[in-house]
Amino acid sequence: MLLTIVTEHWWDIRDLSNLSAKIAELIDAAGGPHWLIFVVTGLLGAGGIIAFIGACAVINIWVERRVVGRMQSRLGPNRLGPFGLLQPVADAIKLMQKEVLQPKTASGLIFTAAPIAFTIPGIWLMAVLPWGRNMVLADLDVGVLFLLAASSLGALAVFMAGYSSNNKYSLFGSMRAIAALVSYEIPIVVALLGVVLFTGTMRLSGIVLFQEHYWVPLLLLQPLPFLIYFISISAELNRTPADVSEAESEIVGGFHTEYSGMKFGLFYAAELINAVVVSAIIATVFLGGWWMYKVDEVVPGWMIFIGKIYAVYFLFVWTRGTLPRFRIDQLLAFAWKWMTPMAIVNVMLVAAEVLLWEETGWSAGLLLPAYVVINNALAVGLIVAFVRVFAPKFQRFPTGLRMYSNIDVPALPAVHPADAAPVGTPAS
Amino acid sequence: MIEDTGIVVAFWVLALTTVGCAAMVAAVRELIQAVLFLALSFIGVAGIYIVLSADFVAVVQVLIYAGAIAVLMTFAVMLTPAADRKNSETTFAGPALVLAGLVLSVIVFVAYDTSWNISGRAAFPSTAASLGEAFLKPYVVPFEVASVLLLVAMVGAIVLTKEESADA
Repeated sequence: MLLTIVTEHWWDIRDLSNLSAKIAELIDAAGGPHWLIFVVTGLLGAGGIIAFIGACAVINIWVERRVVGRMQSRLGPNRLGPFGLLQPVADAIKLMQKEVLQPKTASGLIFTAAPIAFTIPGIWLMAVLPWGRNMVLADLDVGVLFLLAASSLGALAVFMAGYSSNNKYSLFGSMRAIAALVSYEIPIVVALLGVVLFTGTMRLSGIVLFQEHYWVPLLLLQPLPFLIYFISISAELNRTPADVSEAESEIVGGFHTEYSGMKFGLFYAAELINAVVVSAIIATVFLGGWWMYKVDEVVPGWMIFIGKIYAVYFLFVWTRGTLPRFRIDQLLAFAWKWMTPMAIVNVMLVAAEVLLWEETGWSAGLLLPAYVVINNALAVGLIVAFVRVFAPKFQRFPTGLRMYSNIDVPALPAVHPADAAPVGTPAS
Repeated sequence: MIEDTGIVVAFWVLALTTVGCAAMVAAVRELIQAVLFLALSFIGVAGIYIVLSADFVAVVQVLIYAGAIAVLMTFAVMLTPAADRKNSETTFAGPALVLAGLVLSVIVFVAYDTSWNISGRAAFPSTAASLGEAFLKPYVVPFEVASVLLLVAMVGAIVLTKEESADA
């Protein structure tokens, strides 16, 4: 029966919500109980999302390695299958075959639960994102808040992994991760507050509909929150410009030092999943989700959405492939001294703009282009101001450390005679 | 509404999760495990809020209790020198049990003695919007006073923990 729906209404694949509507009609016609509709559509949606996420986790290993390889003038995996496409499959088989080691002194229950707890929130996040006009699994009224709540659970999972391993590098890694997660939570919340204030809704489908209604992606109206969100979330995602919690050159492997086999595989997959989910959030909130001017009348919304997800994901891979790692104190200072003040300035600006819009009642066609110009100019101006005015001067030899007070910094061995003296003092 | 099979099943599953995890908080010997069970219990309470169609409160419960308070507690445990992996028996177990029993009996007594009115009104269409209206219109002064209080507490904590730097 399901088969006839799929075969006879195959064109409805343009909008999968039609398919669930058809199933709902069928259940009604057969006189089935009403709750069955919710069960069937819920299972369909959840199954679809989990299938998409699982496929992404496999494909993105290949995408990431190939793209980073290209950026670093390497080949990347290219042996197994066409263009090396089967490499992730081989990797997965290898991971599954590996023995899962567990330290004798690890606390077993937490050690096993940590990778699971690390993976679940990312999949939760996907449930509230709209894939098409009526295609959303859980159209929560507090969608944006749900995103923040679910992503804040990741910190606990990282701590569980680091603490239960009973290894100092794991604990260092998880402490660093939590410090970064707690710090960057604030700019993320305040940046999204600007978006919520401007659109007047926390419902994610409402945010997409706002962009459709006013014919403008929020990226143009809210450039500063986009930048803040992008930078802060890559710190939360623990990706290379900010991967202090698993910095291989400093603390072995960070919080998953002791993990092996499929338990490590789950951490690895969860990081890729989280990157995709965050790309999807950015695509929904800042790039208009399934909407794209007139294109979404021809192309199915979920295809546009996946296209946007991968466009943002490319940005993440790009930053990973090109930027060096922050030091942990630089990373935290960046959150508190730069990101947070800029986000707060942005919220004040947005509040003033919304008030002006509501009080004067001027038309959106007049105000929104003005806001686009003002916000972009202010974003550029603020970034330049923060870089030029508020940034501490670069010191080759720091005169005072910001974190510890009484530590002697030994003089670096002189490579060139001019380097022996601190920069700024005249060489004798 | 509350008679729906799904709601009843969800309520009992969530209630058992919440109470079971809360019991485990007292039962396990390792402090970190207790904190993690507490976080799970918080999430169960958030689920009960969802059953009561208070979605905003539920999400905030997860955000603040399971997200922030649990992390704060793990840090508190990490900074406590006496927190061992295997905590020894404590002499306060007996009095604590008596106190918990008394609290439970009071709650059960109140629950049975109250005549619970079933509200005739439908569920709120959007709790977030109505809460926002309430906070920023009639209750704006208490709302702002509460935020100033939190700010004062934060500044106080910074002042108390700030090191006297030798060279500054």
